[in-house]
Amino acid sequence: MVYLDHASAMPVDPRVLAFARRYLEEEFGNPSSLYDRGLSTRRAVEAARGEVAALVNTGDPRSIVFTGSATESNNLAIRGTALRNRRKGKKILVSAIEHISVMNPAKDLQKQGFELEFIPVDRYGIVDLTALEAGLTPETILVSVNYANDEIGTVEPIREVGRVVHEAGAYLHVNATAAAGRIPIDLQQEDGIDLLTLSGNDLGGPRGAAALYIRPGVKVQSVMPGGGQERGLRSGTENVFAIAGMGEAARLAAREMADEMEREQAIRDRLIREVLEIEEAGLTGHPTERLPHHASFRFSRIEGESILLNLDTFFDIQVATGSACTSRTLEPSHVLLAIGLTHEQAHGSVVMTLGRSNTVADVRYVADAMRETVGRLRGISPL
Amino acid sequence: MEDRPQIGYSKRVMDHFMNPRNVGEVEDADGVGLVGNPVCGDLMQVTIKVEDDVITDIKFKTFGCGSAIATASMVTELAMGKHLDEALTITRQDVANELEGLPPVKMHCSNLAADALHEAIEDYQKKKKKEAEVAA
Repeated sequence: MVYLDHASAMPVDPRVLAFARRYLEEEFGNPSSLYDRGLSTRRAVEAARGEVAALVNTGDPRSIVFTGSATESNNLAIRGTALRNRRKGKKILVSAIEHISVMNPAKDLQKQGFELEFIPVDRYGIVDLTALEAGLTPETILVSVNYANDEIGTVEPIREVGRVVHEAGAYLHVNATAAAGRIPIDLQQEDGIDLLTLSGNDLGGPRGAAALYIRPGVKVQSVMPGGGQERGLRSGTENVFAIAGMGEAARLAAREMADEMEREQAIRDRLIREVLEIEEAGLTGHPTERLPHHASFRFSRIEGESILLNLDTFFDIQVATGSACTSRTLEPSHVLLAIGLTHEQAHGSVVMTLGRSNTVADVRYVADAMRETVGRLRGISPL
Repeated sequence: MEDRPQIGYSKRVMDHFMNPRNVGEVEDADGVGLVGNPVCGDLMQVTIKVEDDVITDIKFKTFGCGSAIATASMVTELAMGKHLDEALTITRQDVANELEGLPPVKMHCSNLAADALHEAIEDYQKKKKKEAEVAA
Protein backbone atom coordinates (compact mmCIF):
# COMPACT_ATOMS: atom_id res chain seq x y z
CA MET A 1 0.00 0.00 0.00
CA VAL A 2 1.17 3.52 -0.78
CA TYR A 3 -1.07 5.90 1.11
CA LEU A 4 -0.93 9.40 -0.36
CA ASP A 5 -4.03 10.98 1.11
CA HIS A 6 -2.78 12.37 4.40
CA ALA A 7 -4.77 15.56 3.86
CA SER A 8 -7.98 13.51 4.12
CA ALA A 9 -7.02 11.36 7.07
CA MET A 10 -3.81 10.75 8.97
CA PRO A 11 -2.98 7.54 10.79
CA VAL A 12 -2.62 8.19 14.51
CA ASP A 13 1.04 8.20 15.44
CA PRO A 14 1.62 5.04 17.57
CA ARG A 15 3.45 7.15 20.17
CA VAL A 16 0.40 9.39 20.40
CA LEU A 17 -1.91 6.45 20.89
CA ALA A 18 0.41 4.94 23.52
CA PHE A 19 0.36 8.27 25.34
CA ALA A 20 -3.35 9.03 25.10
CA ARG A 21 -5.09 5.68 25.49
CA ARG A 22 -4.95 5.88 29.29
CA TYR A 23 -7.60 8.64 28.94
CA LEU A 24 -9.99 6.12 27.47
CA GLU A 25 -9.11 3.41 29.96
CA GLU A 26 -8.08 4.16 33.56
CA GLU A 27 -8.19 7.98 33.44
CA PHE A 28 -11.77 8.44 32.34
CA GLY A 29 -12.86 11.17 34.75
CA ASN A 30 -14.67 14.35 33.78
CA PRO A 31 -12.23 17.29 33.85
CA SER A 32 -14.90 19.37 35.59
CA SER A 33 -15.09 16.99 38.58
CA LEU A 34 -13.19 18.01 41.68
CA TYR A 35 -12.03 14.58 42.83
CA ASP A 36 -8.65 13.24 41.79
CA ARG A 37 -9.96 11.27 38.85
CA GLY A 38 -11.33 14.51 37.42
CA LEU A 39 -8.36 16.67 38.29
CA SER A 40 -5.98 14.31 36.52
CA THR A 41 -7.88 14.68 33.27
CA ARG A 42 -8.09 18.45 33.79
CA ARG A 43 -4.30 18.42 34.04
CA ALA A 44 -4.11 16.40 30.82
CA VAL A 45 -6.29 18.92 28.97
CA GLU A 46 -4.22 21.86 30.23
CA ALA A 47 -0.95 20.12 29.36
CA ALA A 48 -2.30 19.55 25.85
CA ARG A 49 -3.29 23.21 25.63
CA GLY A 50 0.28 24.12 26.46
CA GLU A 51 1.69 21.86 23.75
CA VAL A 52 -0.70 23.13 21.08
CA ALA A 53 0.03 26.72 22.10
CA ALA A 54 3.76 26.03 21.90
CA LEU A 55 3.52 24.53 18.40
CA VAL A 56 2.25 27.82 17.00
CA ASN A 57 3.92 30.02 19.66
CA THR A 58 0.81 31.75 20.93
CA GLY A 59 2.45 33.01 24.10
CA ASP A 60 -0.53 32.58 26.40
CA PRO A 61 -1.89 28.99 26.30
CA ARG A 62 -5.29 30.29 27.36
CA SER A 63 -5.71 31.65 23.84
CA ILE A 64 -6.28 28.04 22.69
CA VAL A 65 -9.88 26.75 22.76
CA PHE A 66 -10.41 23.05 22.13
CA THR A 67 -13.25 21.99 19.85
CA GLY A 68 -14.35 18.72 18.28
CA SER A 69 -13.14 19.25 14.72
CA ALA A 70 -11.56 21.81 12.41
CA THR A 71 -15.04 22.34 10.96
CA GLU A 72 -16.23 23.32 14.41
CA SER A 73 -13.25 25.63 14.93
CA ASN A 74 -14.01 27.32 11.62
CA ASN A 75 -17.67 27.69 12.59
CA LEU A 76 -16.71 29.21 15.93
CA ALA A 77 -14.27 31.57 14.20
CA ILE A 78 -16.63 32.71 11.45
CA ARG A 79 -20.01 32.66 13.15
CA GLY A 80 -18.80 33.44 16.66
CA THR A 81 -16.77 36.46 15.57
CA ALA A 82 -19.32 37.82 13.10
CA LEU A 83 -22.24 37.53 15.52
CA ARG A 84 -20.29 39.05 18.41
CA ASN A 85 -19.09 42.02 16.33
CA ARG A 86 -22.18 42.65 14.21
CA ARG A 87 -22.67 46.14 15.64
CA LYS A 88 -19.29 47.17 14.22
CA GLY A 89 -20.21 46.09 10.72
CA LYS A 90 -21.69 43.32 8.66
CA LYS A 91 -19.19 42.64 5.92
CA ILE A 92 -17.15 39.44 5.72
CA LEU A 93 -14.40 38.69 3.20
CA VAL A 94 -13.43 35.12 2.44
CA SER A 95 -10.84 33.94 -0.06
CA ALA A 96 -12.24 32.06 -3.05
CA ILE A 97 -10.29 28.90 -2.12
CA GLU A 98 -11.41 28.45 1.48
CA HIS A 99 -12.41 25.07 2.80
CA ILE A 100 -16.11 24.25 2.68
CA SER A 101 -16.25 24.52 6.49
CA VAL A 102 -15.34 28.21 6.15
CA MET A 103 -17.43 28.80 3.03
CA ASN A 104 -20.66 27.38 4.36
CA PRO A 105 -20.81 29.21 7.71
CA ALA A 106 -20.00 32.41 5.79
CA LYS A 107 -22.80 31.74 3.28
CA ASP A 108 -25.11 30.98 6.17
CA LEU A 109 -24.32 34.39 7.71
CA GLN A 110 -25.05 35.98 4.34
CA LYS A 111 -28.56 34.56 4.56
CA GLN A 112 -28.84 36.17 7.99
CA GLY A 113 -28.11 39.63 6.62
CA PHE A 114 -24.31 39.79 6.54
CA GLU A 115 -22.56 40.94 3.39
CA LEU A 116 -20.19 38.33 1.95
CA GLU A 117 -17.52 38.90 -0.66
CA PHE A 118 -15.03 36.42 -2.10
CA ILE A 119 -11.43 37.51 -2.62
CA PRO A 120 -10.06 36.16 -5.89
CA VAL A 121 -6.74 34.30 -6.18
CA ASP A 122 -4.23 34.13 -9.01
CA ARG A 123 -3.67 31.02 -11.13
CA TYR A 124 -1.40 29.59 -8.40
CA GLY A 125 -3.93 30.21 -5.67
CA ILE A 126 -2.23 33.25 -4.11
CA VAL A 127 -4.75 35.70 -2.66
CA ASP A 128 -5.04 38.93 -4.66
CA LEU A 129 -3.92 41.56 -2.15
CA THR A 130 -5.18 44.43 -4.29
CA ALA A 131 -8.64 42.90 -4.43
CA LEU A 132 -8.46 42.27 -0.70
CA GLU A 133 -7.59 45.91 -0.06
CA ALA A 134 -10.40 47.04 -2.34
CA GLY A 135 -12.88 44.77 -0.58
CA LEU A 136 -12.04 46.05 2.88
CA THR A 137 -14.44 48.78 3.99
CA PRO A 138 -15.17 50.27 7.42
CA GLU A 139 -18.05 47.79 7.48
CA THR A 140 -15.70 44.79 7.23
CA ILE A 141 -15.38 42.93 10.51
CA LEU A 142 -13.78 39.64 9.48
CA VAL A 143 -11.52 38.23 6.76
CA SER A 144 -10.76 34.52 6.37
CA VAL A 145 -7.76 33.28 4.38
CA ASN A 146 -6.22 29.81 4.68
CA TYR A 147 -2.58 29.54 5.73
CA ALA A 148 -2.12 26.95 3.01
CA ASN A 149 -4.64 25.26 0.78
CA ASP A 150 -5.29 21.55 1.21
CA GLU A 151 -6.19 20.92 -2.44
CA ILE A 152 -3.42 22.76 -4.26
CA GLY A 153 -0.83 23.11 -1.49
CA THR A 154 -0.29 26.83 -2.03
CA VAL A 155 1.00 28.75 1.00
CA GLU A 156 -0.44 32.26 1.30
CA PRO A 157 1.57 35.42 2.04
CA ILE A 158 -0.23 35.51 5.38
CA ARG A 159 1.87 38.27 6.91
CA GLU A 160 0.98 40.68 4.11
CA VAL A 161 -2.65 39.61 4.32
CA GLY A 162 -2.60 40.34 8.05
CA ARG A 163 -1.06 43.77 7.53
CA VAL A 164 -3.70 44.77 4.98
CA VAL A 165 -6.56 43.41 7.11
CA HIS A 166 -5.38 45.16 10.27
CA GLU A 167 -4.83 48.47 8.55
CA ALA A 168 -8.53 48.33 7.76
CA GLY A 169 -9.40 47.43 11.33
CA ALA A 170 -10.86 43.98 10.64
CA TYR A 171 -10.10 40.62 12.24
CA LEU A 172 -8.18 37.95 10.35
CA HIS A 173 -9.11 34.29 10.68
CA VAL A 174 -6.63 31.79 9.25
CA ASN A 175 -7.44 28.14 8.68
CA ALA A 176 -4.11 26.42 9.32
CA THR A 177 -5.45 22.85 9.21
CA ALA A 178 -3.26 21.90 6.25
CA ALA A 179 -0.24 23.99 7.26
CA ALA A 180 0.24 23.29 10.97
CA GLY A 181 2.87 20.66 11.62
CA ARG A 182 4.16 21.08 8.04
CA ILE A 183 5.55 24.58 8.08
CA PRO A 184 6.49 26.72 11.08
CA ILE A 185 3.75 28.99 12.36
CA ASP A 186 4.71 31.67 14.87
CA LEU A 187 1.77 33.68 16.11
CA GLN A 188 3.97 36.04 18.12
CA GLN A 189 5.77 37.06 14.95
CA GLU A 190 2.98 36.70 12.42
CA ASP A 191 1.19 39.34 14.39
CA GLY A 192 -1.58 39.70 11.84
CA ILE A 193 -3.47 36.59 12.90
CA ASP A 194 -6.44 36.98 15.25
CA LEU A 195 -7.96 33.52 14.95
CA LEU A 196 -6.29 30.31 13.81
CA THR A 197 -7.82 26.89 13.19
CA LEU A 198 -5.82 23.76 14.01
CA SER A 199 -6.84 20.12 13.56
CA GLY A 200 -5.72 17.25 15.80
CA ASN A 201 -5.82 14.54 13.15
CA ASP A 202 -3.78 16.60 10.71
CA LEU A 203 -0.98 16.60 13.30
CA GLY A 204 -1.16 12.83 13.74
CA GLY A 205 -3.56 12.83 16.66
CA PRO A 206 -6.92 11.06 16.87
CA ARG A 207 -10.00 12.56 15.25
CA GLY A 208 -12.33 14.33 17.66
CA ALA A 209 -10.11 17.18 18.78
CA ALA A 210 -9.22 20.46 17.13
CA ALA A 211 -8.45 23.94 18.36
CA LEU A 212 -9.13 27.57 17.70
CA TYR A 213 -6.54 30.13 18.70
CA ILE A 214 -8.19 33.39 19.70
CA ARG A 215 -5.81 36.30 20.17
CA PRO A 216 -6.40 37.84 23.60
CA GLY A 217 -8.80 40.75 23.26
CA VAL A 218 -10.58 39.41 20.17
CA LYS A 219 -14.28 39.19 20.88
CA VAL A 220 -15.95 35.91 19.94
CA GLN A 221 -19.22 34.46 21.13
CA SER A 222 -20.05 30.81 21.67
CA VAL A 223 -21.91 28.93 18.99
CA MET A 224 -22.36 25.93 21.31
CA PRO A 225 -24.10 27.04 24.50
CA GLY A 226 -24.18 24.59 27.37
CA GLY A 227 -22.14 23.89 30.48
CA GLY A 228 -19.60 26.60 29.75
CA GLN A 229 -16.44 24.54 29.21
CA GLU A 230 -13.50 26.13 27.39
CA ARG A 231 -14.08 29.60 28.85
CA GLY A 232 -17.70 29.40 27.81
CA LEU A 233 -16.72 29.27 24.15
CA ARG A 234 -17.24 25.57 23.57
CA SER A 235 -19.54 23.75 25.89
CA GLY A 236 -19.51 19.99 26.14
CA THR A 237 -17.48 17.59 28.27
CA GLU A 238 -13.94 17.61 26.95
CA ASN A 239 -12.85 14.70 24.75
CA VAL A 240 -9.81 14.14 26.93
CA PHE A 241 -8.43 11.22 24.91
CA ALA A 242 -8.47 13.17 21.64
CA ILE A 243 -7.29 16.41 23.25
CA ALA A 244 -4.41 14.68 25.04
CA GLY A 245 -3.56 12.99 21.74
CA MET A 246 -3.61 16.30 19.92
CA GLY A 247 -1.30 17.75 22.55
CA GLU A 248 1.17 14.90 22.22
CA ALA A 249 0.97 15.09 18.42
CA ALA A 250 1.68 18.84 18.62
CA ARG A 251 4.65 18.21 20.90
CA LEU A 252 6.10 15.65 18.48
CA ALA A 253 5.41 17.90 15.49
CA ALA A 254 7.23 20.82 17.11
CA ARG A 255 10.24 18.58 17.74
CA GLU A 256 10.32 16.62 14.49
CA MET A 257 8.70 18.82 11.85
CA ALA A 258 11.86 20.33 10.40
CA ASP A 259 13.58 16.98 9.75
CA GLU A 260 10.45 15.13 8.68
CA MET A 261 9.38 17.84 6.27
CA GLU A 262 12.84 18.00 4.72
CA ARG A 263 12.56 14.24 4.16
CA GLU A 264 9.03 14.39 2.73
CA GLN A 265 9.82 17.37 0.55
CA ALA A 266 12.71 15.53 -1.11
CA ILE A 267 10.36 12.65 -1.95
CA ARG A 268 7.63 15.05 -3.04
CA ASP A 269 9.97 16.96 -5.36
CA ARG A 270 11.00 13.76 -7.14
CA LEU A 271 7.39 12.65 -7.34
CA ILE A 272 6.34 15.90 -9.01
CA ARG A 273 9.26 15.69 -11.43
CA GLU A 274 8.45 12.14 -12.49
CA VAL A 275 4.69 12.54 -12.72
CA LEU A 276 5.04 15.69 -14.83
CA GLU A 277 6.87 13.62 -17.44
CA ILE A 278 3.49 12.11 -18.31
CA GLU A 279 1.99 13.74 -21.41
CA GLU A 280 -0.59 16.46 -20.83
CA ALA A 281 0.00 16.47 -17.09
CA GLY A 282 0.22 19.71 -15.15
CA LEU A 283 0.91 20.85 -11.61
CA THR A 284 -1.88 22.67 -9.82
CA GLY A 285 -1.04 25.27 -7.19
CA HIS A 286 2.21 27.15 -6.70
CA PRO A 287 5.45 25.53 -7.89
CA THR A 288 7.53 26.76 -4.94
CA GLU A 289 5.25 28.45 -2.40
CA ARG A 290 3.64 25.16 -1.46
CA LEU A 291 3.39 22.78 1.48
CA PRO A 292 6.42 20.44 1.55
CA HIS A 293 4.37 17.21 1.60
CA HIS A 294 1.88 18.25 -1.07
CA ALA A 295 1.71 17.37 -4.78
CA SER A 296 -1.33 18.11 -6.93
CA PHE A 297 -1.85 17.52 -10.63
CA ARG A 298 -4.28 17.65 -13.46
CA PHE A 299 -4.47 15.31 -16.44
CA SER A 300 -6.25 16.14 -19.66
CA ARG A 301 -8.98 13.96 -21.21
CA ILE A 302 -9.58 11.75 -18.16
CA GLU A 303 -11.58 12.06 -14.98
CA GLY A 304 -10.32 12.09 -11.39
CA GLU A 305 -12.61 9.53 -9.79
CA SER A 306 -11.65 6.87 -12.30
CA ILE A 307 -7.97 7.76 -11.73
CA LEU A 308 -8.54 7.32 -7.98
CA LEU A 309 -10.31 3.96 -8.45
CA ASN A 310 -7.72 2.72 -10.92
CA LEU A 311 -4.80 3.57 -8.61
CA ASP A 312 -6.53 1.95 -5.65
CA THR A 313 -7.72 -1.19 -7.42
CA PHE A 314 -4.68 -2.06 -9.50
CA PHE A 315 -1.85 -0.54 -7.47
CA ASP A 316 -3.13 -0.13 -3.89
CA ILE A 317 -2.30 3.58 -4.02
CA GLN A 318 -4.68 5.99 -2.30
CA VAL A 319 -5.04 9.57 -3.57
CA ALA A 320 -7.68 12.31 -3.60
CA THR A 321 -9.33 14.23 -6.42
CA GLY A 322 -11.25 17.47 -6.83
CA SER A 323 -13.41 15.96 -9.54
CA ALA A 324 -17.13 16.59 -9.40
CA CYS A 325 -17.79 12.88 -9.46
CA THR A 326 -16.53 12.40 -5.92
CA SER A 327 -18.34 15.37 -4.41
CA ARG A 328 -21.80 15.27 -2.89
CA THR A 329 -22.87 18.26 -4.95
CA LEU A 330 -21.49 16.92 -8.26
CA GLU A 331 -19.73 20.27 -8.69
CA PRO A 332 -16.01 20.26 -9.38
CA SER A 333 -13.78 21.75 -6.70
CA HIS A 334 -14.35 25.47 -6.20
CA VAL A 335 -10.61 25.78 -5.53
CA LEU A 336 -9.69 24.50 -8.99
CA LEU A 337 -12.27 26.76 -10.63
CA ALA A 338 -10.95 29.72 -8.60
CA ILE A 339 -7.42 29.23 -9.98
CA GLY A 340 -8.89 29.41 -13.46
CA LEU A 341 -9.22 25.80 -14.49
CA THR A 342 -12.16 24.97 -16.75
CA HIS A 343 -14.69 22.41 -15.51
CA GLU A 344 -13.19 19.93 -17.94
CA GLN A 345 -9.68 20.46 -16.52
CA ALA A 346 -10.90 20.36 -12.93
CA HIS A 347 -12.42 16.91 -13.49
CA GLY A 348 -8.99 15.41 -14.13
CA SER A 349 -7.36 16.47 -10.87
CA VAL A 350 -5.35 14.34 -8.45
CA VAL A 351 -4.03 15.32 -5.02
CA MET A 352 -1.20 13.42 -3.33
CA THR A 353 -0.26 14.28 0.25
CA LEU A 354 2.68 12.52 1.85
CA GLY A 355 3.23 11.32 5.38
CA ARG A 356 5.63 9.36 7.55
CA SER A 357 4.99 6.03 5.83
CA ASN A 358 6.12 7.27 2.42
CA THR A 359 9.64 6.56 1.23
CA VAL A 360 11.72 7.52 -1.76
CA ALA A 361 11.10 4.00 -3.14
CA ASP A 362 7.42 4.97 -3.52
CA VAL A 363 8.27 7.60 -6.13
CA ARG A 364 9.04 5.29 -9.03
CA TYR A 365 6.18 2.93 -8.16
CA VAL A 366 3.65 5.77 -7.98
CA ALA A 367 4.94 7.51 -11.11
CA ASP A 368 4.80 4.24 -13.09
CA ALA A 369 1.32 3.45 -11.73
CA MET A 370 0.19 6.94 -12.63
CA ARG A 371 1.54 6.58 -16.16
CA GLU A 372 -0.22 3.24 -16.64
CA THR A 373 -3.44 4.59 -15.16
CA VAL A 374 -3.45 7.65 -17.37
CA GLY A 375 -2.66 5.51 -20.42
CA ARG A 376 -5.43 3.01 -19.71
CA LEU A 377 -8.09 5.65 -19.04
CA ARG A 378 -7.08 7.72 -22.06
CA GLY A 379 -7.39 4.53 -24.08
CA ILE A 380 -11.03 4.36 -23.01
CA SER A 381 -11.66 8.10 -23.40
CA PRO A 382 -13.34 9.45 -26.55
CA LEU A 383 -11.58 12.80 -26.14
CA MET B 1 -30.98 -6.35 4.00
CA GLU B 2 -33.02 -4.38 1.46
CA ASP B 3 -32.65 -1.05 3.21
CA ARG B 4 -28.94 -1.42 3.85
CA PRO B 5 -27.27 1.65 2.34
CA GLN B 6 -24.87 0.89 -0.46
CA ILE B 7 -21.30 1.80 0.38
CA GLY B 8 -19.07 2.45 -2.58
CA TYR B 9 -19.52 0.58 -5.84
CA SER B 10 -20.92 -2.93 -6.24
CA LYS B 11 -18.66 -5.82 -7.25
CA ARG B 12 -20.24 -5.82 -10.70
CA VAL B 13 -19.46 -2.14 -11.22
CA MET B 14 -15.87 -2.70 -10.16
CA ASP B 15 -15.62 -5.76 -12.42
CA HIS B 16 -16.77 -3.72 -15.44
CA PHE B 17 -14.52 -0.83 -14.42
CA MET B 18 -11.49 -3.09 -14.15
CA ASN B 19 -12.28 -5.23 -17.20
CA PRO B 20 -14.46 -3.14 -19.43
CA ARG B 21 -16.06 -5.10 -22.30
CA ASN B 22 -16.08 -3.87 -25.88
CA VAL B 23 -13.85 -0.81 -25.53
CA GLY B 24 -13.11 1.14 -28.69
CA GLU B 25 -14.83 2.13 -31.89
CA VAL B 26 -16.53 -0.17 -34.40
CA GLU B 27 -14.95 0.21 -37.82
CA ASP B 28 -17.27 1.75 -40.44
CA ALA B 29 -19.93 2.13 -37.78
CA ASP B 30 -23.54 2.05 -38.93
CA GLY B 31 -24.64 4.18 -36.02
CA VAL B 32 -22.88 6.52 -33.57
CA GLY B 33 -24.28 7.84 -30.30
CA LEU B 34 -22.50 10.55 -28.34
CA VAL B 35 -24.10 11.83 -25.14
CA GLY B 36 -23.00 13.87 -22.15
CA ASN B 37 -20.55 16.66 -21.96
CA PRO B 38 -16.96 16.82 -20.74
CA VAL B 39 -17.89 19.99 -18.81
CA CYS B 40 -20.16 17.86 -16.62
CA GLY B 41 -17.52 15.18 -16.30
CA ASP B 42 -19.16 12.51 -18.42
CA LEU B 43 -18.99 11.87 -22.14
CA MET B 44 -20.04 8.57 -23.67
CA GLN B 45 -19.70 7.29 -27.20
CA VAL B 46 -21.35 4.13 -28.50
CA THR B 47 -20.75 2.81 -32.02
CA ILE B 48 -22.74 -0.06 -33.55
CA LYS B 49 -22.65 -2.38 -36.54
CA VAL B 50 -26.10 -3.52 -37.70
CA GLU B 51 -27.10 -6.43 -39.94
CA ASP B 52 -30.76 -7.25 -40.62
CA ASP B 53 -31.77 -4.96 -37.77
CA VAL B 54 -29.60 -6.89 -35.33
CA ILE B 55 -26.64 -5.36 -33.48
CA THR B 56 -23.72 -7.50 -34.61
CA ASP B 57 -21.00 -5.40 -33.02
CA ILE B 58 -20.96 -2.64 -30.44
CA LYS B 59 -18.15 -0.70 -28.79
CA PHE B 60 -17.89 2.21 -26.37
CA LYS B 61 -15.57 4.97 -25.28
CA THR B 62 -16.08 6.95 -22.08
CA PHE B 63 -14.66 10.00 -20.39
CA GLY B 64 -15.93 9.88 -16.85
CA CYS B 65 -15.98 8.30 -13.46
CA GLY B 66 -16.00 4.62 -12.52
CA SER B 67 -19.73 4.19 -12.94
CA ALA B 68 -19.68 5.99 -16.29
CA ILE B 69 -17.17 3.44 -17.57
CA ALA B 70 -19.00 0.49 -15.99
CA THR B 71 -22.45 1.46 -17.32
CA ALA B 72 -21.09 1.90 -20.83
CA SER B 73 -19.39 -1.46 -20.68
CA MET B 74 -22.59 -3.07 -19.35
CA VAL B 75 -24.81 -1.57 -22.03
CA THR B 76 -22.60 -2.98 -24.76
CA GLU B 77 -23.00 -6.44 -23.19
CA LEU B 78 -26.77 -6.05 -22.93
CA ALA B 79 -27.19 -4.82 -26.52
CA MET B 80 -24.79 -7.15 -28.31
CA GLY B 81 -26.70 -9.51 -30.64
CA LYS B 82 -30.05 -7.89 -29.88
CA HIS B 83 -32.67 -6.82 -32.41
CA LEU B 84 -32.86 -3.02 -32.62
CA ASP B 85 -36.43 -2.96 -31.30
CA GLU B 86 -35.32 -4.94 -28.29
CA ALA B 87 -32.19 -2.88 -27.76
CA LEU B 88 -34.29 0.28 -27.76
CA THR B 89 -36.17 -1.02 -24.72
CA ILE B 90 -33.01 -1.18 -22.58
CA THR B 91 -33.35 1.52 -19.93
CA ARG B 92 -31.00 3.28 -17.54
CA GLN B 93 -32.66 1.29 -14.77
CA ASP B 94 -31.90 -2.00 -16.57
CA VAL B 95 -28.24 -1.05 -16.77
CA ALA B 96 -28.15 -0.09 -13.09
CA ASN B 97 -29.95 -3.30 -12.12
CA GLU B 98 -27.54 -5.47 -14.10
CA LEU B 99 -24.69 -3.75 -12.27
CA GLU B 100 -26.30 -4.63 -8.92
CA GLY B 101 -27.15 -1.00 -8.32
CA LEU B 102 -25.39 2.35 -8.52
CA PRO B 103 -24.89 4.89 -5.73
CA PRO B 104 -27.98 7.18 -5.80
CA VAL B 105 -25.95 10.25 -6.76
CA LYS B 106 -24.68 8.41 -9.85
CA MET B 107 -28.07 7.31 -11.14
CA HIS B 108 -28.51 10.43 -13.28
CA CYS B 109 -25.12 11.91 -14.08
CA SER B 110 -23.16 8.76 -14.79
CA ASN B 111 -25.84 6.55 -16.20
CA LEU B 112 -25.94 7.82 -19.76
CA ALA B 113 -25.03 4.55 -21.42
CA ALA B 114 -28.60 3.58 -22.37
CA ASP B 115 -29.06 7.06 -23.88
CA ALA B 116 -25.88 6.65 -25.92
CA LEU B 117 -27.09 3.27 -27.18
CA HIS B 118 -30.49 4.68 -28.16
CA GLU B 119 -28.81 7.58 -29.92
CA ALA B 120 -26.59 5.19 -31.89
CA ILE B 121 -29.63 3.18 -32.96
CA GLU B 122 -31.57 6.30 -33.95
CA ASP B 123 -28.53 7.53 -35.88
CA TYR B 124 -28.49 4.24 -37.78
CA GLN B 125 -32.24 4.40 -38.47
CA LYS B 126 -32.00 8.00 -39.69
CA LYS B 127 -29.15 7.13 -42.06
CA LYS B 128 -31.08 4.15 -43.35
CA LYS B 129 -34.18 6.26 -43.96
CA LYS B 130 -32.12 8.80 -45.87
CA GLU B 131 -30.54 6.04 -47.96
CA ALA B 132 -34.02 4.71 -48.75
CA GLU B 133 -35.18 8.19 -49.77
CA VAL B 134 -32.15 8.69 -51.99
CA ALA B 135 -32.74 5.29 -53.56
CA ALA B 136 -36.39 6.15 -54.15
